[in-house]
Amino acid sequence: MSDITPGLEALDFSFAGRLPVGTFDPVLVGVVGSGNLEVLLEPAGGSECHVHVETSARGFGPIWEAVARDFHARHPLAGVRISISDMGATPAVVSLRLEQAVSELTS
Amino acid sequence: MTTSYLECSGRERLKRIVDDGSFHEWLPPAMRIASPHLAQLGVPSSFDDGVAIGRATLAGHEVFVASQEGGFMGGGVGEVHGAKLVGLLRRALRDRPEAVLLLAESGGVRLHEANAGLIAVSEVMRAVLDVRAAGIPVIVLIGGANGCFGGMGLVARCADHVVMSDAGRLSMSGPEVIEASHGVDEFDSRDRALVWRTTGGKHRWLTGDCDALVDDDTTAFRAAAIEGVRHARPVTLERLEAEHALLTARLTVLPEVTDGDDAVALWSALGVADAVRIPDLDVESVRTLRTSQEA
Repeated sequence: MSDITPGLEALDFSFAGRLPVGTFDPVLVGVVGSGNLEVLLEPAGGSECHVHVETSARGFGPIWEAVARDFHARHPLAGVRISISDMGATPAVVSLRLEQAVSELTS
Repeated sequence: MTTSYLECSGRERLKRIVDDGSFHEWLPPAMRIASPHLAQLGVPSSFDDGVAIGRATLAGHEVFVASQEGGFMGGGVGEVHGAKLVGLLRRALRDRPEAVLLLAESGGVRLHEANAGLIAVSEVMRAVLDVRAAGIPVIVLIGGANGCFGGMGLVARCADHVVMSDAGRLSMSGPEVIEASHGVDEFDSRDRALVWRTTGGKHRWLTGDCDALVDDDTTAFRAAAIEGVRHARPVTLERLEAEHALLTARLTVLPEVTDGDDAVALWSALGVADAVRIPDLDVESVRTLRTSQEA
């Protein structure tokens, strides 16, 4: 039997950013639906990019970290808080939603 | 180029229905006014609990507007979701916008939140009627993939003006609920043609349950919403009695035993010529065929 308990799993990752984004209106993309997720970008000050994930699919921490790290390598944002509500999105979908959020931020 | 209303998210619809850039949101996602119940059940919550509310202008008219997100819990009305709708409507009583727009897409009460959701829906209905009594029209737009069912179906029929696309659906009990309680012989929920013949926009238009039938296009919905602002329907005893008469007549118009399809039989009984072709007709053609009048 799995030792993974039921309920949501919360994950937090922080990266040192190089691209300060300053102040901006919060950006929301995606929907909390099956295989999908919601991504909220907010200004946070400082030089970090913090990623907070709440997901219904437990036990995928290392994959989330890899996806977040990969995103940060492409967009080393500084002073941003990224909040994610996830309902079992695949890593590719997560990456696309993060890209969508950044493109709305810069548009 | 047209944009499918059905394919849009709740927020995309909002953006396209009201005047460009005019939407000002109350309790936006960053405030995280989310469900207090879902996390306890191991279900992720949404930062806006599945509904965006705020003020905007619609062709220059000051309106209050709410848009439900069908992709989150099927647009189910939970405690916070319902409270946001009620708050919007009560604020309308205070600030008196020219109209309130509800972009409805909901399977009804969010079952995870059971009684809290049921109470929320009853409060929304009461608030809709209060807003109407104050002379402010409440306009409901229905064209999302999840339709407008359960408690939100009731809310829609409490409104002044209902706009539907042919892809939209409006009813109380959803197809699966009817099948589960009365059996597949009574209603086969997998028969999509049957589902649309009995709950879809064309059917609601022909029976007088909606006030405008439009194509699945955000521009068409916007035009119908603008038109709806002029259609306040005062809540009076005469109108209520007229509606009761219409519904009573509908109960008796259908023969006890129908030969073939009940929906086609009803349309025929309502005086629609060659009713069997309705499912194949486009919206523009069906629009001209209505014989019944709204109450």
